[in-house]
Amino acid sequence: MKIKADTGVCVGAGMCALTVPEVFDQSEDDGTVVVLDHDPPASREAAVRRAVQLCPSGALSIEE
Amino acid sequence: MTEAIPGLTYTTARERPFDPPDELTRVREETPIHRMIYADDHEGWLVTGYALARAVLAHPSFSTRPELLHPPIQNRLIKMKEFKTPPGFFIRMDPPEHTRFRKLLTGQFTVRRMKQLEPRIEQITNDRLDAMESQGGPVDLVQAFAMPIPSLVICELLGVPYDDRERFQRDSAVMLSLRSTPEQAKAAMDDLLGYLRDLVRRKRAEPSDDLLGGLVAGGELDEEELAGVGLLLLVAGHETTANMLGLGTFALLTNPEQLAAVRDDPAVVEGAVEELLRYLTIIHIGPIRTALEDVDLDGHLIKAGEAVTIAAAVVNRDPERFGEAETLDVSRPVHGHLTFGHGVHQCLGQQLARAEMRIAYPALLRRFPGLRLAVPAEDVPMRSDMAIYGVHRLPVTW
Repeated sequence: MKIKADTGVCVGAGMCALTVPEVFDQSEDDGTVVVLDHDPPASREAAVRRAVQLCPSGALSIEE
Repeated sequence: MTEAIPGLTYTTARERPFDPPDELTRVREETPIHRMIYADDHEGWLVTGYALARAVLAHPSFSTRPELLHPPIQNRLIKMKEFKTPPGFFIRMDPPEHTRFRKLLTGQFTVRRMKQLEPRIEQITNDRLDAMESQGGPVDLVQAFAMPIPSLVICELLGVPYDDRERFQRDSAVMLSLRSTPEQAKAAMDDLLGYLRDLVRRKRAEPSDDLLGGLVAGGELDEEELAGVGLLLLVAGHETTANMLGLGTFALLTNPEQLAAVRDDPAVVEGAVEELLRYLTIIHIGPIRTALEDVDLDGHLIKAGEAVTIAAAVVNRDPERFGEAETLDVSRPVHGHLTFGHGVHQCLGQQLARAEMRIAYPALLRRFPGLRLAVPAEDVPMRSDMAIYGVHRLPVTW
């Protein structure tokens, strides 16, 4: 899986950083998503999918 | 579509303190969306199903602008379109105006920033527990604990003097009361805006290392916008978590097994906060949106100008999404509830609220293992008459 993040769409709610802090962080500046690991291991796949689903703004997507 | 309930109107009147109104639940059992008559006789919609609620909140064609709003119930708050919404009150703006304000603030409310606040929240919580202990029971938990913790935290974060709380808590209570006349509510809002304008001027003269001070120094917003942003954050920052702490404790006190789990098992606390947010859904009116253009929602045509009210408390009990949704189960894995909303307006302060609740519930229950209601449960006065649901008072002893 490959994670795509659109910081133009992101509203900085922090659901991704809350759900998978190993993969997502937030910018100190404007709180928008920072992807720490664009290609996370399979062990985190379920959590990453949940983070994508929880994202309120639709800023996150997964390329298979 | 079928008209299961002709002439359906909205209600905040509950049969039981922790469950949404039965009438709204019955709508969800029939259909996820239904026509509804608004307080101004507008014929709009009520959404009760989880999937449709999320779809509306994420859809760019649904607006929150006050001049387009129809009130689901007759009260001042929802008649905000009759007032001039203050500049900077970005919860009532659509993108891109909304984006400008939100982006200035999101960096202040990140998961990491809130983590850094935890030691201070713990200290504030312990101070309140010490005060309760030395005072001795019975006490009103709302005044002694539920209200002061989020109030102190948001004051420190924003840079609002806590000593002024009598004024802003009173104004905020009048603004949020469904019993206030439009004149009373407007006077309260104007008073609070005047207070915040003065505060902004003081921060311009004397720079301060807090959120409002930072916004003043940043120079992106003018004085009116700064006061409007301050109004939104101050009111949202203490009325919401305060009611979750009061109502959540009430719910736990009437569910002793759930209470014991939150008190005794630190691993349960994170999920328990999400479950209490879902189960209690203190947002009992809306969110409310207006269609900017015709939108097809799962086969239902929402015409431009029509209002959609999402019954969040009923949506959060949708069994298709949450299974045994009518039961409070703090040990269940729960995520995706709509208590903080969804879409671009999803609560800015939600990570702060989570931090406060994760600290405050277990700290209270561990300090007073014998905590119990000091009045019969049916005598606890409920906030059906306020824009945010909860308890007016919670007499407890230990």
